[in-house]
This record gives sequence, structure tokens and C-alpha cells, in this order.
Amino acid sequence: MHAFYLAWQYIRHNRIKSVLLVCGVTLTIVVPAAVFILVRFGEEWLMSRAASTPMVIGAKGSRVDLSLHALYFRSKAPAPIGMAEAAKLREAGLAIPVPLYGRFTARSFPIVGATLDYFDFRDLRVASGHQIAKLGDCVLGARVAQALALGAGDRLLSDSENVLDLSGAYPLNMRVTGVLAEERTEDDFAVFVDLKTAWVIAGLGHGHQDVSKADESVILDRTGNTVVANAALPEYTEITDENIGSFHFHGDPAGFPITALIALPRDEKSAVLLRGRYEQQDAAAQLVIPEDVVGEIMEMVFKAQRIFNYTVVCIAAATVLFLVLIISLSLRLRSTELQTLHKLGCSRHTMITLVGAELILIGGISSLFSAGALVLVLQLAPVLMRTFLA
Amino acid sequence: MPLPELQRRALVQIENVHKTYIMGDSEVRALDGVTLDFDEGEFYSILGPSGSGKSTMLNLLGCLDRPTSGLFKMDGHDVSQMDDNQLSDLRLKRIGFIFQSFNLIPQLTVSENIALPLYYLEWDRQRSVERARELADRVGLGNRLGHRPLELSGGQQQRVAIARALANDPRIILADEPTGNLDSATGKQIMSLLSELNGQGKTIIMVTHEDEVAAHSNVRVHMRDGNVERIDRNA
Repeated sequence: MHAFYLAWQYIRHNRIKSVLLVCGVTLTIVVPAAVFILVRFGEEWLMSRAASTPMVIGAKGSRVDLSLHALYFRSKAPAPIGMAEAAKLREAGLAIPVPLYGRFTARSFPIVGATLDYFDFRDLRVASGHQIAKLGDCVLGARVAQALALGAGDRLLSDSENVLDLSGAYPLNMRVTGVLAEERTEDDFAVFVDLKTAWVIAGLGHGHQDVSKADESVILDRTGNTVVANAALPEYTEITDENIGSFHFHGDPAGFPITALIALPRDEKSAVLLRGRYEQQDAAAQLVIPEDVVGEIMEMVFKAQRIFNYTVVCIAAATVLFLVLIISLSLRLRSTELQTLHKLGCSRHTMITLVGAELILIGGISSLFSAGALVLVLQLAPVLMRTFLA
Repeated sequence: MPLPELQRRALVQIENVHKTYIMGDSEVRALDGVTLDFDEGEFYSILGPSGSGKSTMLNLLGCLDRPTSGLFKMDGHDVSQMDDNQLSDLRLKRIGFIFQSFNLIPQLTVSENIALPLYYLEWDRQRSVERARELADRVGLGNRLGHRPLELSGGQQQRVAIARALANDPRIILADEPTGNLDSATGKQIMSLLSELNGQGKTIIMVTHEDEVAAHSNVRVHMRDGNVERIDRNA
């Protein structure tokens, strides 16, 4: 019989005590390590996306809200700016504009209205199906597809903004044309549509029954080629090959809303000029450098983490003291057993080896569980980060 | 059967042994100048009222303690000069213990409990298992090798303890009230087993306060106030 065999028999025999010890040690290892991993992962996750997004233009207001919205589709959508801002940027030739409109959700996942430039900018690749081709199409981020068990050919209904608002926009039944490859970024958790589709969801564009063929009960007036119908004229909530021709937009496209405008400066000089323009007092919108904003947020996180670290050290010290107490009480409870071993000829050294073997086994099992838990934390880090930042 | 008179030799020699404990300001003389020889192959019982020094004597004989003064030799070795490791080694190789409460290790099987001293003697597993089986057969528990102590009766547990005491083939077996936790019928069976072992040449020293149990021994050492009051030998 080996010391470890005797120790293992003791651990097996005293299951509840052993399980409690393993849980205590595992938690002591896992909690601070998991927090450390998550904070580092979060920093890398937030910073890498921020660093790859040179500039964001949006309505004046919170810099943080604008950055979080443009980068991670988080926070309430900032006040919109007009599409004219994107056109202005393009005309100035200082940067490539990548407009985003992110006001709506589909089964709680954000719907991001974007142009194809966004997919090129983020290097997003369709893993199955195909890219958005028509009005009413959408492509899903990998995690959305996984969570909703949807794929190319399926349908996805946008959420109502407010079910009690009868004048609000109708939900749109979108056609899923593809699923993006997993990027381990916030893009995995978004539903992408064309900007125009997002405007349809917003009620700026719609399709309805041909008024010339509509029932007379919905016609208010016919004057020459002009036909005026009332609100009972059926509107489509799904864009199909048959009705796509009836979809149209009202108003000036330059005034159509976007919630953020990612600007990709042509060069350093263009970037400086662009910043200068938006720093003027009379600028209608603001320009933020996401890296600076996220850096400020991380600074605060690290300050909070420093406090947490001190707390963890204190808790770990208290846990170690508790473990020492438990082990010493356990040895006292086992005094008869240990005295028997001593009387049978077991030297002090052998007894220490036996107790040491038990501690090594408890520590080993706890370390295995801790390693497993930490691997799980690493695997779930994107989801956990998303949950914590929600 | 005890060895013939001419072949006897002192396995344990105790000469003017004192054992004193300091309890605060007072001094307790647990053994007060005891002189006594324990011959090889005999069956001794040590009797006496509480506080007479029986337990202290058993601790000394078991090499669990050293005398404060006096000579204490076991099998020719001067125990009073030994350190803890040497005492452990002496216990491991020359002494078998039987306890009143059996003191089996609950998480180990009968076979593992019997083989426990062999682990400390660094026997290999196969040899230990064979030895445990042989000893279990000897105490009538060959069919209970895989059982845990709590699955056995008190008498069976004490048999396992006796088998464990024999595992290292000791020169001397020390029994501390071996029938104290058993009913009288089971107690008799255990005493018969000890007598049988003595008949096979083992030296047995037993502490008891029951005259009926002591009657199984050849020599009865009566103690009082830390010293030997009288010694009765069977005719």
C-alpha cells in the first residue's frame, strides 16, 4: 500500500469533508484567476476593436455611448444624424464613410443596418449561404445563428419597439441569406441588414397593395392620376419577390437617419483635418477616437480591479486560514486513528507523509477542477464579457 | 504452552524504573522504582486499580514513552536511550498492539487493516496481501477480507486487530483491555485466541481489571501506587 493509496481511501471514505475542501480550494483559485482572465480578455477584446476603428462620428452627446454603440452595438442608440453627414465625408475625400443604423433588435439581438463597406472594413466573411442581396435580407453573426438555430433560408422577425404604440413601425419578417464566420467579436452577436432594410423597419420605407387595384372602401379620393387611400390599405410586413416592387421611401434620403458613422481616414493628414472640422463649435456632430474613449473606460476598470485585487488577497488569506483551521480540526478528530498508526510503528515522518499525501491529492483534485473551470471561462469569455457589459 | 523453565530468558528487563509527570506545580510518580522481568513465551496480565500505574507501564512496554530514570531493556536494546524514530522502528518490528476499542482504520478493508504494519515495513503489495489472507484465515475471518470494519461485529473486529498485531510477526503482543468492549461469550473466544497464540510461543502482556480475564494468563502482576504489589504465577 502506497501513502497515496491510504490517502485516497481516506478521502473517499470522508466524501463530504473532501468535497467541501475541494470546493473551498477550487473557489479560492478560480475566482481571482477567472476575474484576472476576464479583465485581460475584456481589455484585449475592447481595445483591439477600438484600435481597429480609427474614428466615429455621431450626434453630440455622450462620447462613451457613441463609441460603445458604434463598436459593440451596446447602449441605447444615440440620437441619429442624417445620411448627409456620410455624403459630406465622401465628398470631402478625407475618409471613407461607413454608416451604421442600430436602433432595432430581433429576438433581443441588435439589428445593424450597414452598407457592404462595413463587411469589408471588419473583414467579415459569409461562412454559409450568401451575402445580403435584396431589401429585407439579413445575415446573422455566428453566435446569433447558433443561439436562434437559424441558417440561410430561414426567417427572422424584428422585435416591436413598443407593442402598445399602435402608430409604431411594424416588425419586419426578414429573410436570412447567410451566416457569418465566427470572429470572436461583437459582430458574432449581431443581425446585419442593408441600411435601407433598417429604414424599412423604422417605417421610413414601406410596401403596400397597389392603390389602383385596392378595394374602393379604402380609397378617399381619385383625382386624375392621383389616388389617396386611407390607413386601412394593407401594408406588407414581409418583403417577397412578388411585393418588393411596391416598396418605396418617403422623404429626402439625405435626411434618413444613421446612429453612427465610422470614418476611415485616407491618411494621417486627412485624419488631422477631419478632427479639426469636428472640433469647431458649430459642427453639427461630434467625432470621437474610440481608442481614447475605451482607454478611459479601461483605466476605470483597472482602478476597480486594483481594489478587487486587494480584496481577493484578503479573502484568499482568510480562506487559507480557514483551511488550516479545518485541517487542524480534522487532525484532532483523527487523533485516535493517528495514534493507532503511531503505536503500530508509524514514525512521525511517515505520518507527515500520509497527511501530506492527502493534502496533495486534495490540492491536485482542486487544481484539476480549477483548470477545467478556467478553460471553460476562456471558452465562454466572449459570452461572459457580453453579459457583463450588457 | 509456556516454555520450560530452563529455556526462559528475559525479553523485557525493567530495573528501578521511575516515571514522573509534572502537573503544574505538583509531581506525579506514575511508576516508582519498578523492577520486573518479562520472560519470553509467557502470558502476563497486569492488574490494579485506577492510578496504580498500569497504563504507564503499558506505554513503556510499548516503547511509546521513555522512563524518567532506571533501566529499560527490550530484547537486549536499551530503550531509555532511543530517539522517536528508533522507538517507532522497535515497535514496528518487535511489538504487536491490541486495543480495547479495536482501533481499526474505517476506510480500509479487513485485508488492508491487517496489512497496515507491512506497509510501514515496505513489503510489496503481493506479499502483504498473501500475509493478510494467511492471518485472516488464522483468526477465522478468511471470508471477510474485502469487508470494512463497520460491517463486522465487535468480536470480528477484535480478531482483525489481533491479526494486524501478528502481521509483523512480533516478539511481544501488548493487549490493553482486549475484552473490555465485548460481551462475555465473545470475550472468552478472544481470550482463547490469545492463549492459543501464547501456546505458539508469543509473549503476551495484557492489561486488565477483570480477574476472570486475567485467569487466562500464567503470570499476574498486581500493581498499586506505581509499583508492583505482588506477582502470582500459575503452579
